[in-house]
Amino acid sequence: MMALDLSRVAAVVRKELRDYRRKRSIVVGMLILPAIFLIEPVLFVFLGAPDPVGDPSYRAPLLLLLLIPVITPSTLAAYSVAGEREQGTLEPLLTTPIRQLEFIIGKAAAVMIPSVGLSYLVFGIYLVVVRLFANPVVAAGIFNEGPMLLALFLFTPLLTGWSIVVGMAVSVRAGEIRVAQQLGMIASLPPLGVVVLMVTGVIAPTFTAALVFAAVLLAVDVLALRGISGLFDRERLVTGSKASRP
Amino acid sequence: MSKRVAWRKIWRKDSVTTEQPALVVDHLTKRFGDRTAFSDVSFEVAQGEVFGFLGPNGAGKTTTVRTLGTLIAPTAGSATVAGIPLTRANGVEIRQRISVMPESPGLYLRLTVAENLEFFAGLYGVRDVRSRIRDALEAVNLAERSGDLCGGLSKGLRQRVGLARALLSDPVIMFLDEPTSGLDPVAAREVHDLINVLRHRGVTIFLTTHRLDEAERLCDRVAILNTTLRTVGRPTELRQQLFTSALVVKTVGPLHDPGLLFKATPGVLSWRADDAGAYVLSVSDPRVAAPEVARALVGVGADILSISEAQHSLEDVYLELVDEDVEARKR
Ligand SMILES: Nc1ncnc2c1ncn2[C@@H]1O[C@H](COP(=O)(O)OP(=O)(O)O)[C@@H](O)[C@H]1O
Ligand SMILES: [Mg+2]
Repeated sequence: MMALDLSRVAAVVRKELRDYRRKRSIVVGMLILPAIFLIEPVLFVFLGAPDPVGDPSYRAPLLLLLLIPVITPSTLAAYSVAGEREQGTLEPLLTTPIRQLEFIIGKAAAVMIPSVGLSYLVFGIYLVVVRLFANPVVAAGIFNEGPMLLALFLFTPLLTGWSIVVGMAVSVRAGEIRVAQQLGMIASLPPLGVVVLMVTGVIAPTFTAALVFAAVLLAVDVLALRGISGLFDRERLVTGSKASRP
Repeated sequence: MSKRVAWRKIWRKDSVTTEQPALVVDHLTKRFGDRTAFSDVSFEVAQGEVFGFLGPNGAGKTTTVRTLGTLIAPTAGSATVAGIPLTRANGVEIRQRISVMPESPGLYLRLTVAENLEFFAGLYGVRDVRSRIRDALEAVNLAERSGDLCGGLSKGLRQRVGLARALLSDPVIMFLDEPTSGLDPVAAREVHDLINVLRHRGVTIFLTTHRLDEAERLCDRVAILNTTLRTVGRPTELRQQLFTSALVVKTVGPLHDPGLLFKATPGVLSWRADDAGAYVLSVSDPRVAAPEVARALVGVGADILSISEAQHSLEDVYLELVDEDVEARKR
């Protein structure tokens, strides 16, 4: 039985967000990708030929937008443990009463909050741009993709969650932050396959499909979170290996 | 003495019951694979005591602190920390009652002094966070620096922030792992002063060091560790114990078989040859051993130059006790 002390989780989140905000490479890294991924979909809105409503090409930009919640958190998550270790702050942190799960959830939430916030912000900007400036035919085409928009909304936190879990797992094991970031990013891509299948129409993009896959992603996230919690054993974090008990 | 006032505010006497020891360590062992960090270590620390854990690099000091601080699990043996048995299940409760300052203070360099302390106050569930932080910073004379980024502080100041952090939660025991290592003499002196203030306030302190003078100056009792515990005692006792229990024997030429000779001599516990070619004998009582040694030497026809009681400093005691190349042995 593992009780959660939310004030400790909150303390971790507050500290992490402060620390991230003041690290230039993190702020720049977080902002640059969404900016780039926003350019193409917006250009598509202006330059794309007004295909008839229902044309699958309206879905492609959404795939690009979903790269944001996949890639942004992996950079942060990779930093979460490796960064503490590099600064020598991991050990003092672990000498406090904080529990394994509070540590994991605090760290994960601190990545989740800015990543999901940023992703939704970018989608919002995209949809507003479409509504205001796009050719009405194009706008209608995009807003007609209800299931895809729902998928976008639901998959964002779930893909972020996967990315975080993977990134944190890599972060615990990796010796170097940079290595952790690259490995984490690659490993967080596979769930995007679902989106690719929906965009290409291999799986019909229906509301049901969006809900079913959201549920699947949620289950995967929860299982993955459980799977990595063993990595956050104090002894393992401090010494790099788990105690062999007599 | 504003410093003292601040400490008084921080240290809460009612959190301590004086009967039981603060720390009981019973045949504790930690191995990493086939490498032994420390082995069969037993000692007790009374409440309010400043206990020195002295040993050379690689002796197992840090590993002991990590084990007692519930960061790593012992391989064998048991311990009671702040009245709670050291088990995995008790980790949170034990950590709530202790504080540990690791070898390097490990501050978040992009956060200010106050923000660093605020984070830890949150983790310990400290009430009255602001006044608590202020008191802790006053105690280490850092009140005016609370808004400074830790990245801009000198090593000595960082160490003081680390001490302030260790004070925040009003711990029953403070573990300080080599708190002065790498500090210049002035900064080290300031840390010593702080520890002395704490001692007068009755806080139990477990202090590791590889510096003998530090242990002697600060500690009520000292344990000398070199993988195994070599001795425990008050600094004066330790000195006395070894001061009167060694003989230095000089002969004109080297002895033919000193091992055989000294082994057979009553009152001689062990012997070694020093760099100058003299023989240093550990003896239980020099007044018994010296005549016996003289007789034995004459008996084998050795030419005696001198037999004298060794003027051991605590440093000699220390060097003798740890006189083994631990690192090499473990490789
Ligand atoms: N995580 C670890 N894995 C393997 N060996 C270790 C580990 N930590 C410490 N040791 C070994 O245990 C011994 C004691 O180390 P340590 O406790 O750091 O000594 P000290 O703090 O007295 O210098 C050393 O031989 C060291 O190499
Ligand atoms: Mg050490």
